[in-house]
Amino acid sequence: MKAAYQLLVIGAGPAGMAAAQTAARQGVEVAVIDEQPHPGGQIYRNVNASPLADIELLGKDYVFGRQLVQGFEHAHIDYFANSGVWYLDRSGDLGIVQDGVHRRTSAQRIVVACGAQERPMPFPGWDKAGVMTAGAAQILMKSAAMVPSEAPVLAGNGPLLLLLAWQYLRAGVRLRAIVDTAKSANRWPALRYFPQAIAASDYLFKGLKLVSAIRRARVPWFRQAEDLRALGEKRLSALHFTCRGKPQHIDTPLLLLHQGVIPALQIAAAAGCETRWNSLQQCWQPQVDDWGQSSVDSIFVAGDAAAIGGARAAWLGGQLAGLQLAHQLGLIDAVKRDKLAQPIRKARARHLAIRPFLDTWYRVAESSLVPRDETLACRCEEVSVGELRTLAAMGCTGPNQAKAFTRCGMGPCQGRFCGSTVEQIFASETAASPQQIGRFNTRPPLKPVTLGQIAGIAHNEQR
Amino acid sequence: MFKLLDDTGDLVVIQLDGADAKVPAGVSVAAALLYLDRIPTRHSVVNGAPRAPFCMMGVCFECLIEVDGVVDQRACQLQVRAGMRLRLQLSSRDSVP
Repeated sequence: MKAAYQLLVIGAGPAGMAAAQTAARQGVEVAVIDEQPHPGGQIYRNVNASPLADIELLGKDYVFGRQLVQGFEHAHIDYFANSGVWYLDRSGDLGIVQDGVHRRTSAQRIVVACGAQERPMPFPGWDKAGVMTAGAAQILMKSAAMVPSEAPVLAGNGPLLLLLAWQYLRAGVRLRAIVDTAKSANRWPALRYFPQAIAASDYLFKGLKLVSAIRRARVPWFRQAEDLRALGEKRLSALHFTCRGKPQHIDTPLLLLHQGVIPALQIAAAAGCETRWNSLQQCWQPQVDDWGQSSVDSIFVAGDAAAIGGARAAWLGGQLAGLQLAHQLGLIDAVKRDKLAQPIRKARARHLAIRPFLDTWYRVAESSLVPRDETLACRCEEVSVGELRTLAAMGCTGPNQAKAFTRCGMGPCQGRFCGSTVEQIFASETAASPQQIGRFNTRPPLKPVTLGQIAGIAHNEQR
Repeated sequence: MFKLLDDTGDLVVIQLDGADAKVPAGVSVAAALLYLDRIPTRHSVVNGAPRAPFCMMGVCFECLIEVDGVVDQRACQLQVRAGMRLRLQLSSRDSVP
């Protein structure tokens, strides 16, 4: 790793790969760092280094990623796998841990393309061993060719849950049930966005294909499910819920959850990029312009890290960032930039046309965002929804004060899996919007790093 | 709790809590623990509640484990290596000096 680069891209998913390749093609000196052993991000994870006998199993949208990864691997880019950023500031100084060894570098421009994370889906027992995310299940398939050894229950809401069900059925995995928390009341408001969604009808047809395959397999499908509760002592043994007012109980050793994804905001927020609440997507996102440039001039945010739009939109958004960066670094003029950008913008708009429809159709109900009092909001420090609700009622000013009172958000995950719940609790208790409530301050170290690593000593030398 | 779709791949031998265990080569430590059905993989530090890998992408920190003498490593972010020494961070053991 060099001491300085013109451009450093954080994340080798579709947005990061595209930004890096586009800028490199125009002559920018680019480095890409990524936490995984192989490029592709979570969406195209292991697509070019798959342990699966046949990657077609996961569907053609996954296979599509192969050409993107191949193009990336052949580009003139310094690519560092197994590397995580723990520090980034507005001047472009970075602290990186690569294979356990600390490195410092800097760049004139940064692209934050660290993708999305699962939206927390808290309910009593969601912390039990044997409850995992749908994304985790997909990662096990993509990176380890592993599937459940006993039939799982899938619970929640959103396209990824259906995709996982479809992939499992193709892999011969029996599904115990789908516990669907989607609200039928969302359907009418979603129809308002249907006309524009027709421009992206391929997404709609894909959805119908998934649903009909799941129906054909006769998977028990509980709709309008509410009041989920995971049971079990040492590990999960059952899921309890109500379906149209009727209590249901399903014994299961494995429960896979999903209720959408939200931008992974930590790196951009810690570097000082302005963020705002997106009420349609029910999440915070960094404020960026048409090219992905944030409120901090040196930092761009691209792909799902900027706003949830899916892999194809992320790939195109990364290209736009790459073009603007090449322009700002003096390698192409504005005329060439705009000429190259025009077809990319058009294609991206088509992929984004589906989003308002999906975001509304799969809107998460408030009862799933602010669950019952006994639910753990913060899994790391074990702070319950009830404790936070009480604090809000007592006049606690918001997430950052709640942190000081309860240690909520101060555990190892640094608020990544409780932040959105804490904001929602305060918003709901004080009848304010999350924008007014604010979010946890994010500070480095963004990933675990030892003092030895910071001092430049590899761990083995230290011992 | 999880199985391989295709059982013909290579296995490597790791040491889990002092005993040898065969796990698929090239997978993450967290995947290996799920393959061995060794959950819970740790007890939470506040109430000692049983926990196991949750997100598999380095975000949730539920899969923390001791690897080659270093505690609190994210099992989902490390790949298995032959001879790797793993210890589950279970609270009954943590109290022993």
